[in-house]
Amino acid sequence: MSKRFTGLKAWWVQRVSAVYMLCFVLFLLVSFALHPLQTYPRWHAWMARPSTSAAFMVFFVALLGHMWVGLRDVLLDYARPAGLRRVLLATVAFGLLGMALWLLWILLRLQA
Amino acid sequence: MVRKPRPVFLELARIRMPIGAWTSMGHRVSGVVLAASVLVAVYLLGLSLRDEAGFVQVTTLFGQTAFKTAVVVVVWAIFHHVLAGTRHLLSDFGIGSPLRVARQSAWFVNLAGLFLALLAAGAMW
Repeated sequence: MSKRFTGLKAWWVQRVSAVYMLCFVLFLLVSFALHPLQTYPRWHAWMARPSTSAAFMVFFVALLGHMWVGLRDVLLDYARPAGLRRVLLATVAFGLLGMALWLLWILLRLQA
Repeated sequence: MVRKPRPVFLELARIRMPIGAWTSMGHRVSGVVLAASVLVAVYLLGLSLRDEAGFVQVTTLFGQTAFKTAVVVVVWAIFHHVLAGTRHLLSDFGIGSPLRVARQSAWFVNLAGLFLALLAAGAMW
């Protein structure tokens, strides 16, 4: 994984994901301001809508990709020696994959 | 590979950094803060959607001082990260590169992040 998101590709992942996340969060803020979801049934029903779930899934993919590139950059800059760096990079990679599965489970459970 | 010893000057208190360096460091620090807070956010999202009791648990958290303090820090991190990131994106297109403009936008990002965090604190207390 550390070989895949490098160089120009990482540059693009960072920027495309950033722009999507920014647009999505601004949309969320406007949406919540216009239609507050202050009770559990309304919050659950809104999140369970396929369009909402799909938009959130794209958001999470963008977020996890963005986190990978950012955290990888930080570890490549500061983590020494190389062995520790490899362990930390692997930990972050597995952590992010685990988080992806967790989020998928949260969203799929809404449909049950 | 043999490394030649090089002079190192790392008296942090005596290094005077340009304002843009603070924006850049803040971008990194806020990114790491946000990465850590995502873990908590995912847990709270799952809890709020699990059942009525979980939803109430999450909403009552916003009444607790420790949680509200953490939210203020995260709000700073979000705004600093987004503003510094936008500044970075604009510079990819060659916008705002002259030193004077770059310094002004760096000041703007640094202060706006702090100001918006204060605003969030004011809104919650």
